[in-house]
Amino acid sequence: MSKQKINNLNDNFDIVLENVTVRYQLPDEQVRTFKEYAINFVQGKNKKRSFLALDRINLKIVSGEIFGVIGRNGAGKSTLLKVISRVLIPTKGRVVTRGRVYPMLQVGAGFHHELTGKENVYLNGTLLGHTRSEIEEKYQDIIEFSEIADFINAPVRTYSSGMQARLGFAVAFAWQPEVLILDEVLSVGDVAFQQKCRNRMQEYRKNGTTTVLVSHSPAIIASLCERALWLDKGKIIALGKSDKVTQGYKTKMGV
Amino acid sequence: MENNQKEIYDSSKRGHPAWEELMGLLRYKDLVFQLVRRDMVSRYKRSALGVAWTMLNPLGTMLILTIVFSRVFGRVESYPVFVLTGLIVWNFFSQTTRHCMDSTLWGSGLFKKIYLPRTSFIISSIGTGIVNFLFSLVPLLIIMLFTGTRIQLSAIMLPVILLLLSFFSLGVGLLLSAYSVFFPDIAEMYTIVLMAWMYLSPVIVPEETLAGIMNSLILKINPLHYLIKLFRLVLYEGIFPPMSLLLTATGISFAMFIIGWLVFTKKSDEFAYYV
Repeated sequence: MSKQKINNLNDNFDIVLENVTVRYQLPDEQVRTFKEYAINFVQGKNKKRSFLALDRINLKIVSGEIFGVIGRNGAGKSTLLKVISRVLIPTKGRVVTRGRVYPMLQVGAGFHHELTGKENVYLNGTLLGHTRSEIEEKYQDIIEFSEIADFINAPVRTYSSGMQARLGFAVAFAWQPEVLILDEVLSVGDVAFQQKCRNRMQEYRKNGTTTVLVSHSPAIIASLCERALWLDKGKIIALGKSDKVTQGYKTKMGV
Repeated sequence: MENNQKEIYDSSKRGHPAWEELMGLLRYKDLVFQLVRRDMVSRYKRSALGVAWTMLNPLGTMLILTIVFSRVFGRVESYPVFVLTGLIVWNFFSQTTRHCMDSTLWGSGLFKKIYLPRTSFIISSIGTGIVNFLFSLVPLLIIMLFTGTRIQLSAIMLPVILLLLSFFSLGVGLLLSAYSVFFPDIAEMYTIVLMAWMYLSPVIVPEETLAGIMNSLILKINPLHYLIKLFRLVLYEGIFPPMSLLLTATGISFAMFIIGWLVFTKKSDEFAYYV
């Protein structure tokens, strides 16, 4: 990552994908052990099948918008998010992002059950790339948001799944992200807590956060996003105003 | 926030993976610290004896080995100190390299979701090993006191030896972890390799005895043998190591580290591709 001046990125875009292709290599059989691999190697059976998860995707996401991605299972939605959030380097093509990309961790990912809530706040915060002092600064805010102040010094293994979710979100939502990646994670916790997360999201959006939201639900995409992308088998089917894209998607799916 | 002050990530302008990883690691240094802390806390929190285990463990092994072997190696002066110095180095190496694989496997779930410098888990395993190493020096000092082995000035070489040992273990840990993500059974095979490796190293058996029963070439090509020798020289024998030995060990350790780092950082880009 470099802090060079922007030359190829138009000032209005936070995320630009040029001809992005991701081709996974799948082993023919699921070879999961070195022993099998070695045996197959000797027999010359390690043939690989490739699977095109994203096929020459061109996409520009405007700074500050909430952008929706819709599609069936296996359409390439998650791969798209991985490419944007640096987890996956595209096989071909180019991804440029501006600002810190902040993928929402799935609930409890990165939690350690023997550690206390407080210790996990620090662990989770550093996993998201924050420094110790940044976490100290936000600590009170995190505890308040999570509403579990009374249990913060108990090990996380004693928490209910709802409490774990709240703590996870509280850490993730403590900082205003420049680019926020959401993969259907807002549907956990109770209604009041969900509303709290939505409010925080709206607030960040007003302050300029760019959001990419992935969902199976056309209703959520249509209500939250201005623009949307419909992916199928790694290709763009439609890209444009979210109500039009989701309308097309609903018609095709027969709902 | 001013747009041109934000970080730009451009997948087509990445530097060499070995370099990118190093830069990433520097930014995530607090994560490494938290991971070491996690290891320490989760290891000691739920056991009554806590930190004492780290000290009692080598002590117990030493006791058993002394009872079993002191007659066999009767010529060896203060055998308990001899065997404990070997065990401390050996335990550091075997525990950290295994821990590197475990923690990378734990982290591989996260690698598929968020960007992280993938070496952070491995570096933290070495960090945990260093803390445990320092704890295990306490029983060694006690035993040295009991057997009348004097601590000489040569003990000031200890940090250097720990550094070499860390870089060597880090290199091996990186190499193993790079492949164990794809083939988890490497961890099991490694347990067997470790057992053989231990008996081929002068941990329990003095070097002269080993050289007598097998080809001395096996000792010469065993990189750990140099590190064990260094550690023993400065603590057990209390003399400064010869320059040639120090240089050999330095060369081996850093070469191992560089190979491990290059292989791991090249391979780690494929982690997320492995579905």
